[in-house]
Amino acid sequence: MGLGRTIKLRNEFAIGFKFSEKSSTTLFQRHANLFETSSIHLRKRIFAPIRTSDMNTLENAALSSFGQKHLLGIAELSPQEIQFLLDRANEAVSVSRQREKKKSVLRGRTQINLFFEASTRTQSSFELAGKRLGADVMNMSVSSSSVKKGETLIDTAMTLNAMQPDLLVVRHQSAGAVELLANKVGCSVINAGDGAHEHPTQALLDALTIQRSKNSIAGLTVAICGDILHSRVARSNIILLNALGARVKVIAPSTLLPAGIDRLGVEVYRDMNEGLKDCDVVMMLRLQRERMTGALIPSIREYFHFYGLDAKRLECAKPDALVMHPGPMNRGVEIASEIADGPQSVIETQVEMGVAVRMAVIEILMENRGSNG
Amino acid sequence: MADKSVLIKGAHIVDPSQDIDAVSDILIKNDRVEAIGPDLKAEKSAEIIDATGKHLFPGLVDARVYVGEPGGEHRETIESASKAAAAGGVTSLIMMPETDPVIDDVALVDFVRRAARDHAVVRIYPAAAVTKSMDGKELTEFGLLKQAGAVMLTEGKRTISGNLALRRALTYARDFGLVISLETIDESLSSNGVMNEGLIATHMGLPGIPKEAEIIPLERDLRLAALTQGKYHAAKISTAASAKAVANYKAAGHPVTCGISINHLTLNENDIGRYRTYLRLQPPLRDEDDRQAMINALVDGTIDIIVSSHDPHDVDEKRHPFAEAADGAIGLETLFTAALRLHHNGEVPLSRLIDAMATRAAQIFDLPAGTLKPGSKADFFIADLEMPWVLREEDIISRSKNTPFEGERFSGRVLETWVGGNKVYELQE
Repeated sequence: MGLGRTIKLRNEFAIGFKFSEKSSTTLFQRHANLFETSSIHLRKRIFAPIRTSDMNTLENAALSSFGQKHLLGIAELSPQEIQFLLDRANEAVSVSRQREKKKSVLRGRTQINLFFEASTRTQSSFELAGKRLGADVMNMSVSSSSVKKGETLIDTAMTLNAMQPDLLVVRHQSAGAVELLANKVGCSVINAGDGAHEHPTQALLDALTIQRSKNSIAGLTVAICGDILHSRVARSNIILLNALGARVKVIAPSTLLPAGIDRLGVEVYRDMNEGLKDCDVVMMLRLQRERMTGALIPSIREYFHFYGLDAKRLECAKPDALVMHPGPMNRGVEIASEIADGPQSVIETQVEMGVAVRMAVIEILMENRGSNG
Repeated sequence: MADKSVLIKGAHIVDPSQDIDAVSDILIKNDRVEAIGPDLKAEKSAEIIDATGKHLFPGLVDARVYVGEPGGEHRETIESASKAAAAGGVTSLIMMPETDPVIDDVALVDFVRRAARDHAVVRIYPAAAVTKSMDGKELTEFGLLKQAGAVMLTEGKRTISGNLALRRALTYARDFGLVISLETIDESLSSNGVMNEGLIATHMGLPGIPKEAEIIPLERDLRLAALTQGKYHAAKISTAASAKAVANYKAAGHPVTCGISINHLTLNENDIGRYRTYLRLQPPLRDEDDRQAMINALVDGTIDIIVSSHDPHDVDEKRHPFAEAADGAIGLETLFTAALRLHHNGEVPLSRLIDAMATRAAQIFDLPAGTLKPGSKADFFIADLEMPWVLREEDIISRSKNTPFEGERFSGRVLETWVGGNKVYELQE
């Protein structure tokens, strides 16, 4: 039921876009008997984030199960599905706080972490999550050199698929790569970050962190600050926070903002002090070192001067505003140490929630796999 | 040898070169058109074909076709491209020099001509590179290349970055009446972009290509064409501003023309959907406003011709994440049927479509094609404009299967194609 509702919502949004379907639609009508289904509505789903205004009309009925085989992006989830994942993740938090952390629900299951892009935090978080559930976890780091040897992503996928894993956790430098791989394998796939597209578990762990501290996400004002252009974390968070009814601001210099961002359901600010006003949550993004040296911004000191989060600037936000960062931090570039380690910082909590979210997602997808045979 | 005559009766003939758009008969004698008119009579030995209810057009002229041969025969050979062309009603095509090796030398033009003569079922005309190895520096031997059979000069998918090099090329080509046809892309501005810049690219997390990456080098080219009065053809425009720029230079009387790929007339960036790499093109598919502007520019004649921009790639180059896949899509087989969508929607008159895909294209590149005037080569095709069909991968004749229209529904199909009075393709049901 939740799913059907989602499709409808997204179609309503999709009307805002223009499509070149006119010709095929006409033909479709002319030869209606020849063609059984139209793919038009499926295509329209793709680019449709959920509008905040739709939240008012949503039933609050809780889901009893999660209908999807993979977790590829927040954009594919309904608000109910997001809440379902968050509720289960909230329950998983206590597991990691017990002395005996290991469950055995996934005994005998195999999880492969396939990372085409180096990552310490995300990979270890997924590894720990799988192990705490009792799964056998294997880490595979595919360096770009072996890809250059000629093996394509599809080849890698087929090779791994033949090993009969139950779950693949995949990070790749190209947008859409994880979905491409998911289409070629028989097991469930979790997107651990694809290019500048999505990083769904990061958005979920951010949401869980906020929800546990502020009780609810609806009605909060959240600022996402920094390199929006290259950030999958920003995209997933924008979609998720909108879906759960938050007001989302992005704050960045114009060279770090992608085209059309103002139409993704956010308010755009170039001035940090102005943008932080009334914010309940301040999310800082990491700025890659190679982007600081003149290409997109002139220098580190100029960036910190205008966009770094220090104590004075944080005063512009609400007094009880949370400070978040997906890590790894560049202290003194986007965030001052005193703030990163200060009382408003929940950066360590984010890491803890990361394990809980990933445990919940893995367990839910494996439950589905079990019941689907 | 006895004369061979074929009389085709009752077809609706559209020939923009003679302003014919009516039901008529056509008589073919040997390799040429003998007569067009109502109630034609033929000698007893003539083969008579009843084409009542069907349409008959001059064979299409596709001025931008990439072929793998030489160097990439696994993607497409001259033979396989010609068969794909025949299935699409294309009877003449201009083959791009972006092969391995690059066609920048008389011997290579000769090679293409011989391979075409021995293996192709349609007419294949080679284009030659503007500069040696297409490195943008030294000019190729324009005069000798033309004598050997090159009909156009182009740098394939590359832009000539040096202003002086392009100025000299246009100036020198003018002496031989050769057209220089270029795609325009500013490498620095397009950076690592893979699709049209905007909301959709941002949502998909893909780096975008701004429209200005096409318009800025195009405007440079147009200025140099005006300066040199060399014939310049903008090969594949895709934005409203590009069309406006070309229209301005045309209005001022400069020798400029332009073309568009059928993809940019019938698809837009939304069609990329779930990172479908077969819709990764150069220039990228634009937004719907641009597509509409392109249709208007085609109707008013600013855009002279439509090309397939047939660009075969095998799965090794396409089954990748979107940002890592190759640009380009095949299109010979679907050029006509995709263009028919514009006719069925009432967006472009049928005669303008045939003009843009045959008559006008032959005029610009001075090819003996695009007309059914008595005495001209009997290159034509017969089509059913209403026949519904669905494009399936297994039915594709081209050696590569990277079509942006897989699974698409079409109305109208090529039934048979004739080249020089011989039937070279017939639809098998």
